[in-house]
Amino acid sequence: MSAADLTPGLRTGLSTGVPTSPVARPLRHISTRFLRSELALIFGRRRNQAGLGILALVPIMIAVTVKVSTPRAGRGPDFFTSITSNGLFVALAALSIELTLFLPLAVAVIAGDSVAGEANIGTLRYLLTVPVHRSRLLGVKFAAITIFSLVVTVWVSLVGAVAGLALFGGGQMTTLSGTEIGMGSAVLRVLMATIYLGLCFASLGAIGLFISTMTEQPIGATIAVVVINVMSFILDSIPQLSWMHEWLPTHWWMSFGDFLRSPVAWSDVTRGLLTSAGYMLVFWLAAWARFSDKDVSG
Amino acid sequence: MTADVTGEPGDFAVATEGLTKRFHQQVAVNAVDLLVPRGAVYGFLGPNGSGKTTTIRMLLGLIRPTAGRHRLLGMTMPERAGDVLPLVGSLVEGPAFHPYLSARANLVRLDCVDRHADPRTTRVRIDGALDRVGLLAAADKKYRAYSLGMRQRLAIAGALLAPRELLVLDEPTNGLDPQGTREVRHLIGSLAEDGATVLVSSHLLSEVEQVCTHIGVMHVGRLLTQGPIEQVRAVGEARARVVTDRPQEAARVLRRLGLTEVALETGLATGTLGTLAPEKVVVALVQDGVPVSGFSVERPSLEDLFVSLTGEGFNVSG
Repeated sequence: MSAADLTPGLRTGLSTGVPTSPVARPLRHISTRFLRSELALIFGRRRNQAGLGILALVPIMIAVTVKVSTPRAGRGPDFFTSITSNGLFVALAALSIELTLFLPLAVAVIAGDSVAGEANIGTLRYLLTVPVHRSRLLGVKFAAITIFSLVVTVWVSLVGAVAGLALFGGGQMTTLSGTEIGMGSAVLRVLMATIYLGLCFASLGAIGLFISTMTEQPIGATIAVVVINVMSFILDSIPQLSWMHEWLPTHWWMSFGDFLRSPVAWSDVTRGLLTSAGYMLVFWLAAWARFSDKDVSG
Repeated sequence: MTADVTGEPGDFAVATEGLTKRFHQQVAVNAVDLLVPRGAVYGFLGPNGSGKTTTIRMLLGLIRPTAGRHRLLGMTMPERAGDVLPLVGSLVEGPAFHPYLSARANLVRLDCVDRHADPRTTRVRIDGALDRVGLLAAADKKYRAYSLGMRQRLAIAGALLAPRELLVLDEPTNGLDPQGTREVRHLIGSLAEDGATVLVSSHLLSEVEQVCTHIGVMHVGRLLTQGPIEQVRAVGEARARVVTDRPQEAARVLRRLGLTEVALETGLATGTLGTLAPEKVVVALVQDGVPVSGFSVERPSLEDLFVSLTGEGFNVSG
């Protein structure tokens, strides 16, 4: 109890019988507490920690396998054959393998859980009565999804880089265009490619946030996001549907290799960033339209 | 038969007008005019499924009314939710927390999302709230390991993280043992002493009867009656009950005094008092030489009242 509560005579508005502002609890305009709490929930959860561990296995497996055998050329940007020349390519190889399912799945789990998970265990009603404004809730949830996407992508990349550098060493890097760049520049290129992918996954997370507002079953939302992800890859591989390819959420993801060209081939990654931003905007607004006056009765 | 309540909107902690919620074909809450005066402990009664929780959800802005409007602490909802809800502590449809977090971590979570909360006092406020519900010793246990009664207490602690003007407690004694129920009743009393208005819902009449100043009775989505508890109870009329070995003579006196529905049983005469003062009955009986070995005035219990209002028992209506 504050002093104002113990001495009613000091309360403002008493003369009218209507205390207009009875508590000494000023609004804190700028606070990152909610976002930090959200991140603590995500990264503090055992399930998610285990997921990060599994995601880290891929680059380690790649590095070890390549070390003990001679790789042949694979699909996508061909990072595998370059690994022995510079360990940083392990990061890129791991990203190219994980971007079709593992990383989108990780983002889908977090995004699917974002609102539906709170609704499922009932904590959503207690957040809303604190009160948390519904727009703010969606804003913070989406910020957390985006940060998670970036962190998880950087994590895979980092583990790959460390494992690769440990087993194959660093030094000069031969770009996909065949030119040589210095180690510092190479690290920067890999970092840019990683952040690019992280933002791409966050756009899938926006779709997940929207779906998460429509159900009280987080698993259902997660599965829906994974289905959308896989469908997008399938549609992208059907030549007869080429007219829609550039609009698919996953279409520009593979372009992350363009950061490893010399000079950086900006046109596709720019399209990729714009497409991601478009998906984020559209689906955040859809989530807001859906959630802002939804009945919360779980 | 809503008891007469008048006053300015600001005099009421809760005031609703024609609040209605329709789910598809079913009308869950039907034109409810709830009036909770400031400072009252308002018992919101009704069997399971009578619309109490739906009403509370509408009060707090969790669900949108199909029709009607309401104010909390004089402020229009949901427009002013951001101003008024920080002053309202609530427990809605049972406790809900993150199972893999400790009780304390769960309260920290609630405090983190509150833009009015001062992070420097979080620890003190959380300890205070946990202490008030008797959970301080179990604060670091995982919520998953909590019993239903402990969970219920934790939810009440969550409502007490900040000073509140109004507490909305939906079935706060669910899952509590008799001792826990007593403690919650005591807690409600002490919150009211601190000046808070308490709206407490229950499907157990007797549980709430003792602590409330006002009651409202819901039945199949309608608010059947509300008002100060004596006023509501006075609706059911008091009966005088005379224990005597000469009930015939006693009955004659009761009739002469104007009591109605006079009835005779072995060693007992009863009659409805009406406006007559009970002491006059005793004087008259003694003057007429009727040997009175016992005299009492019985008012109907809330349960009797409920039966007389609805024509049915305090059971779930379909």
